[in-house]
Amino acid sequence: MNGRLALRLAAIGYVLLLLALPVGLIVYRAFAGGVPAAWQAMTNPDALHALWLTALIALIAVPLNAAFGVLCSIVLVRHNIRGKAFLGALVDLPLGLSPVVVGLALVVVYGRYGWLGPWLADRGYAVIFAVPGMVLATILVTLPFVVRETVPVLHEIGTDQEQAAATLGASPLQIFMRITLPAIRSGVGYGVVLTTARALGEFGAVSVVSGNIIGETQTLTLYVQDRFQSFDSTGAYTASLELAVLALLILPLMSLLRKKERS
Amino acid sequence: MIRSKIVRLISLASVVVMANLGGLGRTTVAAPARAGTTLSLVAYSTPQQAYGQLIPAFQATAAGKDVSFHESFGASGSQSQLVAQGLPADVVEFSLEPDMGRLVNAGIVSANWYKNAYHGFVTDSAVVFGVRPGNPKHIHTWADLIRAGVSVLTPNPFTSGGARWNVMAAYGAMIKQHKTRAQALAYLRQLFRHVAVQDDSARHELQTFDAGKGDVMLAYENDMITAKASGEKLDWIMPPQTILIENPLAWTLSSKSPNQARAFVKWLWSPAAQQIWGQNGYWPVVPSVRKHFSFTRPKTTLFTIRDFGTWTKVQKTFFDPATGLMVDIEKTAGSAAP
Amino acid sequence: MSALAPALPLPASAGRIGRRSMIRVTVMGYLSIAVLLPLAAIVWKSSGAGVAGLQQAVTSPETVSALELTTLASVAVALVNAVTGTLIAWVLVRDTFPGKALLNSVIDLPFALPTIVAGLTLLTLYGPLSPFGVDAAYTRWAVVLALLFVTLPFVVRAVQPVLHELDPEMEEAAAALGAGKSTTFRRVILPNILPAMLSGAVLGFARSMGEFGSIVLISGNIPYRTEVASVRIFGLIQSDDVVGAAAVSVVLLVISLLALLLVTGIERRTRRYER
Repeated sequence: MNGRLALRLAAIGYVLLLLALPVGLIVYRAFAGGVPAAWQAMTNPDALHALWLTALIALIAVPLNAAFGVLCSIVLVRHNIRGKAFLGALVDLPLGLSPVVVGLALVVVYGRYGWLGPWLADRGYAVIFAVPGMVLATILVTLPFVVRETVPVLHEIGTDQEQAAATLGASPLQIFMRITLPAIRSGVGYGVVLTTARALGEFGAVSVVSGNIIGETQTLTLYVQDRFQSFDSTGAYTASLELAVLALLILPLMSLLRKKERS
Repeated sequence: MIRSKIVRLISLASVVVMANLGGLGRTTVAAPARAGTTLSLVAYSTPQQAYGQLIPAFQATAAGKDVSFHESFGASGSQSQLVAQGLPADVVEFSLEPDMGRLVNAGIVSANWYKNAYHGFVTDSAVVFGVRPGNPKHIHTWADLIRAGVSVLTPNPFTSGGARWNVMAAYGAMIKQHKTRAQALAYLRQLFRHVAVQDDSARHELQTFDAGKGDVMLAYENDMITAKASGEKLDWIMPPQTILIENPLAWTLSSKSPNQARAFVKWLWSPAAQQIWGQNGYWPVVPSVRKHFSFTRPKTTLFTIRDFGTWTKVQKTFFDPATGLMVDIEKTAGSAAP
Repeated sequence: MSALAPALPLPASAGRIGRRSMIRVTVMGYLSIAVLLPLAAIVWKSSGAGVAGLQQAVTSPETVSALELTTLASVAVALVNAVTGTLIAWVLVRDTFPGKALLNSVIDLPFALPTIVAGLTLLTLYGPLSPFGVDAAYTRWAVVLALLFVTLPFVVRAVQPVLHELDPEMEEAAAALGAGKSTTFRRVILPNILPAMLSGAVLGFARSMGEFGSIVLISGNIPYRTEVASVRIFGLIQSDDVVGAAAVSVVLLVISLLALLLVTGIERRTRRYER
């Protein structure tokens, strides 16, 4: 099976050079000062707060985008409306948005002189420079993934099973929960993985929108930057390692969802 | 199966959100009493370490008892813009004056912010040449920077406010050597032809230097002192002529605790505070403290931005993105860099 | 497209219409708050100086140079990803070897890692102090390298689910008819995964257009040489030229959108000839 081996080596080699080596470097630098130093870096109050905040934002943004993603995919694939291209474009748009631009846009809407900022501030709602603004920024940049991953799968599985169930008298909700959702599980699963990973790693947009207030609105990515600024190499790389580990933890969770695929 | 998983996920999320509302977030500097005030400090990036010592010292004084702090550090221009857009701030400190001016225009800082014995500047520093340990390429003067085979690093003056100090230092050095304006500009053009890389910020510039690029980097003296103390492998040379960097500090009109904010700002000029600044590589502005530190520059001609007009005028002349003098100079940047 | 319509014994049409409308309203509402609002803000800001101002902001030589570099690099990266991403997805779905699960897990890391860390590690590995003697930093190659890193997951994750769902009967039939492996791939598999490949590639393209953090360290941001569009936008914001920044952002968005629309159109046409 020479062809198979060659393909395998090529794939592994590419990932190794481009991805595994940089990650290996991160691990190396995280522990370059010894394990106790690394542990201390990971457990100081600001680092812990950053970890907690990152997880919190992800736990809000990801389920919201996942639910939206499934609904939107259904509209894009199963509904018959005009302007589907427009809808699809709107969903994909965040991908072309540079993080600098996202920050700028959110400030124009929610900032001190913004469209909604003063109105919200009058009612005591802090959006920008507070966690809600950071959640909004994260939702914006991670919006497309579940949709994009689910749409092809929805197309691929077709409507045969759904039609069959309908003729057998199943209600639309039953069809959705028992037939559609399980069938698109792999697409949704991958989409959620991508969404979570991206939410964890978001830096640019959140940095503008958060105001980067230490111990208050600093996510792990902002904390990494903070540590670099302070020449704290161990702190920076251990925080990066935490992000990598968090991302690695998500995948097995998702494969649990995928478990019962067609054998 | 999926439904129960989704339900579980949502309940987990709700628990976390509830916990958040219950106040799991923490502030960084030890908050003494919840009944005290909280001051928000928004500053540029380099004094972060200094404030790590300044704030506890302030909290040990009578005026600072029961005062806790929120701190935010970042690139001077960006921080200034954020405050103008509503980032809560009681005390602000920036790398250069125009960033304070922006807040004056926005009505956030009083137009009289600079009216004290030190013109509102809490620390000084200078533009220096950062070099490899031992200065292997023997870089001592501005002329050395444009020698063949010398590669120079400076941040991009259009993205880094701090880099504008570098440009004006170079320009001013020429003027102080009695060159004409045309000759000084010609030098700038020459200099930028030796600039291989222009990072967007001073800190990234340091990373680049660390990564092995460049023979000399234009930097702040206090940055070099902090870097070296943190174990970075570099040295620095004081040029024969250089610009005095002056960092503006003020309290804001929008502060909800104006008394404490003002007290903190005033305290930063106290001998105790200036001593701490000095220990962190900043040149104290208070003469009685200054003389205890060896920031002496006997052979250096120091000039300030005021030799060329106000920062506003200089920004327009040199750094306007459309009509600035640097726009044309940037076009040939890097062409002679090794 | 509305395949359910003719075959179903229709429930009360009002109920069905109501349910469908509700879904659509929810979707549009969510999109409006999350995307339309910020987008409108950018477009509005960019119009601040009128059409003339927009034109001037966008045609300044440094901006044009940055846009050219960004677009070229993004296209190149999309093409490379289409090949390598499919390769990796193939190996992950069709092959079995020790460590495959690990390989599968790390694919998403480029998303989770802060872009500054990505830039820094790439700089260390492939910059002036590279242990391999490969110094690509501060060149246009550095931009491509950084982009390849951050867009690695896109094509892989787009193709993987489709490969999973692929019906093995087609390939078995082709084999039974005597088709060789590469013919089978070209004629049977490729057409089925092409939409996903395109989808993933264009996602990567769009992401590349806006990428900032990973490029900013390793490229040197040299105007007219290695300065990408997002860095240019950043510079404009720093110079308080928010209108100019918004204008260039709009151009970036338009280019990304055009690419996305083009690919969606191709996808739809490809799908029409399926079955």
